[in-house]
Amino acid sequence: MKLAMLRTLAVAAGLAFAAPAFAAGETPVPPQNDWTFNGPFGRFDKTQLQRGFKVYKEVCAACHSMGLVSFRNLSQEGGPGFTAGQVKALAETYQIKDGPNDAGDMFERPGRAADRFPAPFPNKQAAAAANGGAYPPDLSVIAKARTYERGFPWFVFDMATTFQQQGVDYLVALLTGYEDAPAGVEVPAGKYYNKYFPGHIISMPNPLSDGAVEYPKTADGRPQAPETARQYAKDVAAFLMWAAEPHMEARKALGFKVLSFLLLFAGLLYFTKKKIWSRVESAAAH
Amino acid sequence: MAGHSTYVPKTAVGRWFESRLPIVGLIHSSFVVFPNPRNLNYLWTFGGILAFMLVAQIVTGITLAMHYTPHATMAFGSVEHIMRDVNYGWLIRYLHANGASMFFVAVYVHIFRGMYYGSYKAPREILWILGVIIFLLMMATAFMGYVLPWGQMSYWGATVITNLFSAFPVVGETIVTFLWGGYSVDNPTLNRFFSLHYLLPFMIAGVVVLHIWALHVPGSNNPAGIEKKTDKDTLPFHPYFTVKDALALVVFIMLYCWFVFYTPNFLGHADNYIEANPAVTPAHIVPEWYFLPFYAILRAIPDKLMGVLAMFGSIAVLAFLPWLDTSKVRSGSYRPMFRFFFWLFAVNAVILGWLGAKPADGLYVIASRICTAYYFGYFAILFILGFVEKPSKLPASIAESVLGRQGSAAAVGASAAAEPNTKG
Repeated sequence: MKLAMLRTLAVAAGLAFAAPAFAAGETPVPPQNDWTFNGPFGRFDKTQLQRGFKVYKEVCAACHSMGLVSFRNLSQEGGPGFTAGQVKALAETYQIKDGPNDAGDMFERPGRAADRFPAPFPNKQAAAAANGGAYPPDLSVIAKARTYERGFPWFVFDMATTFQQQGVDYLVALLTGYEDAPAGVEVPAGKYYNKYFPGHIISMPNPLSDGAVEYPKTADGRPQAPETARQYAKDVAAFLMWAAEPHMEARKALGFKVLSFLLLFAGLLYFTKKKIWSRVESAAAH
Repeated sequence: MAGHSTYVPKTAVGRWFESRLPIVGLIHSSFVVFPNPRNLNYLWTFGGILAFMLVAQIVTGITLAMHYTPHATMAFGSVEHIMRDVNYGWLIRYLHANGASMFFVAVYVHIFRGMYYGSYKAPREILWILGVIIFLLMMATAFMGYVLPWGQMSYWGATVITNLFSAFPVVGETIVTFLWGGYSVDNPTLNRFFSLHYLLPFMIAGVVVLHIWALHVPGSNNPAGIEKKTDKDTLPFHPYFTVKDALALVVFIMLYCWFVFYTPNFLGHADNYIEANPAVTPAHIVPEWYFLPFYAILRAIPDKLMGVLAMFGSIAVLAFLPWLDTSKVRSGSYRPMFRFFFWLFAVNAVILGWLGAKPADGLYVIASRICTAYYFGYFAILFILGFVEKPSKLPASIAESVLGRQGSAAAVGASAAAEPNTKG
């Protein structure tokens, strides 16, 4: 039985490796980053999320909405770790359209912690019209909504290593992937060339440049992290990962408890089973 | 279910109740004293695992339905509301989404176990066919469930699969319109899919009752594939198989939890985190992994109608397996030629799954055709094998297969001494 299985497996492996030549596309695979939230014990780096939020607020939010995230989320456990006071003050800097009031009129009021992040445009059509006809996608779950193909055999190993950073790695690659179009590639007016974007012709201009966002200073007066486009890209991608999966830390922490319990329980059951079955398995001997 | 019950209630209230509704006796005879072949291996624990998964899916599903909004403009947002704002909503949703996959992992092990050990053969044909019906209902339920988050893959998967029915002549278009509740996949489709997704699990539960009933008439098949003859061939369900099933279940739940807590989106598609958009078609429309082999068969056939028939046929053919396999020997352990073709079939199914995730062009299509041919060819081979294969020698009894000749002779001897009427 074993031999037959091995033989058929060998045939299968042969088939699997014979086919892939034409699977390789022309879009390069985004490089992997060393995220603090990788793996079963991964956690978000609060200072990185705070910097990422700043990049989002000052750059991305000019065109992209983030309609599933509320201000209050920013002070929730497992997030960027702003205080409730900071969040309240931040929300108040926004004017939120509310209503209708008792007179039937819509009105504007200062934001509250419970409000969702307001969108930069009143609707999708307005957003597209202001951005050369392309709607800038909502960023709430973008870190889970983008990926690249891992291919065989990596996707098999990913189950054990819990690798699931395709989306966030892709975002970093995309944000730093702007370059001059290679010879022979025509880039239409109002479009840009990006190495990592599928098809390479992207409507979003290069959003990040060195020094564009000021980072908080450490005690010695230097910025917390390098004020470079690459660092901005990593920080905002980490922030978007949190926005897409705000309960990730709680999930992994609970997972450890649950799996520890189950491992112990399975161990006890194993010995219980052995004990019970020993009655009938040894019975044959005498 | 297992003949007359030996259950005697200990209390007066128990006796009063039992004489009016003998349900405790039924449970006692089915899950406590029920005689199971003593040689069952861990592959036989997947029936219990599947029962657990059905209950887990119903419990998490009902909870999700309390927070979910089945409307084309609100469904996607309501799922994210569950993920973000509902207490432990992320846990319930990831349990349910990954639970569907784990359900299929378990059912595939269960089906392949039945195919290897010939569990479909007489007198278990009805049991097997009920299993095929459960499998079909599971596929329908899972498909409709995947539509509910109303992401891009939900929408386009629903569009592709419902469109398959348009291949049928004359009635095809009418069926598709009826499924959609309109002229494209839209809010009415989402509403009826939600309704049916809620209904079908209870139909599955009903067929599961029949499945267990049909199981308890002849009892479980076993790795030796021979019927139980004496009491020495069996052990009572409790505690021997309750503890064995419990151990296997807990290990299986650990695998389930690994996905839920550490890599919950591995088995899903990134595209389903983009809200459904009828104006934008995703680059690759790929069904969930558990449908991939059947999807590969569908695409292997150049003609649409024939492809659809081949896909449904690939499941329907399973129902005829009891009559397509002509061998008198049940267990693959005693069928040397069968074993080769069986494992080839298993590997072939995995390759079909891989091909189902690949674009339908070039070498992939050719490979899909070869694999599809073998998928159906396997059943023809089984038919012929029964006439040409020389099975190896079967053990005289289940007890002998576990305990060896001497052990079983001693055991049978002991039982014969205790009960002179028992055949040796």
